Amino acid sequence: MRKEMALSQADVLAGLKEIVEEVAGVSASKIELDKNFTDDLEVDSLSMVEVVVAAEERFGVKIPDEAVTDLVTVGDAVNFIINAAK
Amino acid sequence: MTRRVVVTGLGATTPLGADVDSTWSALLAGKSGVRLLTQEWRELLPVHFAASIHTEPSEQMERVEMRRLDRSEQFALVASRQAWKDAGSPDVDKERLGVVIASGIGGVITLLDQYDNLREKGARGVSPHTVPMLMPNGPAANVGLELQARAGVHTPVSACASGAEAIGYALEMIRTNRADIIVSGGVEAAIHQLPMAGFAAMKALSTRNDAPERASRPYDRDRDGFVLGEGGGILILEEYEHAKARGAKIYCELVGQGLSSDGYHIAAPDPEGAGVQRAIKFALANANLSTKDIVHLNAHATSTPAGDVAEARALRLALGKDADHVAVSATKSMTGHLLGGAGAIESVFIVKSLQERLAPPTINIENLDPEVTVDVVRDTPRQLPTGQIAALNDSFGFGGHNVVLVFATL
Repeated sequence: MRKEMALSQADVLAGLKEIVEEVAGVSASKIELDKNFTDDLEVDSLSMVEVVVAAEERFGVKIPDEAVTDLVTVGDAVNFIINAAK
Repeated sequence: MTRRVVVTGLGATTPLGADVDSTWSALLAGKSGVRLLTQEWRELLPVHFAASIHTEPSEQMERVEMRRLDRSEQFALVASRQAWKDAGSPDVDKERLGVVIASGIGGVITLLDQYDNLREKGARGVSPHTVPMLMPNGPAANVGLELQARAGVHTPVSACASGAEAIGYALEMIRTNRADIIVSGGVEAAIHQLPMAGFAAMKALSTRNDAPERASRPYDRDRDGFVLGEGGGILILEEYEHAKARGAKIYCELVGQGLSSDGYHIAAPDPEGAGVQRAIKFALANANLSTKDIVHLNAHATSTPAGDVAEARALRLALGKDADHVAVSATKSMTGHLLGGAGAIESVFIVKSLQERLAPPTINIENLDPEVTVDVVRDTPRQLPTGQIAALNDSFGFGGHNVVLVFATL
């Protein structure tokens, strides 16, 4: 195992907030686990690609294209990233 | 019945100013918008200067919006928002609203930056916004999207004649009853080492590195090429009755256009200027005017040795003795050459000239080329006559495209 420690939910959420704010201009205060990327945060399909690539770089995980369609809410993305990092 | 087309709004972002008013003031004052490049790559090129934008789009739009837009698209939105506001943000049926905005080269900076990303980081490093940013119709498409224009969004491409061709296309859209209002014009954002190296390889650019602000000198005996500029200009064109009905401020009328092609060379002008003469003839006929009616011309005059003389000769031949009363201004001496944006900002200038009855100056002529036999407005603005007057804007593009627009007071 090369990972020093597992990612915490709080760390991943904080990181995603920064990414979504940077990419889509959504205020971090609006970004919560139960928010839907498309309907609540207006992250369109092109911006979602940017979020995924930035998250991969930041958390050192792979998020395959097939998995992206299942990432409906911020919570879905946080859980996927925590599991992928294990 | 012919549908008449008037100008009801103007917008611009140029090397001289952040909007129409500041650009126009600088133009009348004879200021140069040409400056040394700050980018390190300038050392790779024989040319170290350009007419870069006066006010960065970052000062005029939000960061998040900017990152999804090529620089050319940013210029288009900045200028279009100004023009739309200037027109009184008209309440128009979206199916009667169109956009025609041109660019000569499109999102070339995006294309080259993303190629760098590809080489450094692989395919995953290429932005998903790349294609919408690099497509030449991107500036028109983004403006169309913002205003929800549904009568048609178009992008004519004819190199340095593109901006003028867009305005001409918009004229026809209104005349043929496809639309009541069109946001029209042109933009360019190509100050990057590759296009500059390409123009330099053609020996098209001035290399007067010791005096950049003196480098763009149309009609001067010692001119040595054009100066690349960036930015854009937008005109709101509107059907006359539509404009009157909503009580719009009307600047002037766009009365005609003339188009031709040289069939001569991919980049060099036809020294006889036959194509230019035909475009002028067609434009006057289209406008139902004669050479006697023209009092001002904003010339293409880019400061290249061959181009300026070929154009001046064609003007003299096309206008004949009436060229004696046409005040010719070469504003690229101050703005540099905006390629696909050139015909658009110069149309904005003509509209201002007709409004204020002032022809802007041409700067940097120390010794007028003896082959130039038109009446060039030098150093200070010149008053235009009272009464009903008309003016021409001519634009030419690599490929042999000639576009002439005719504007007239109401």
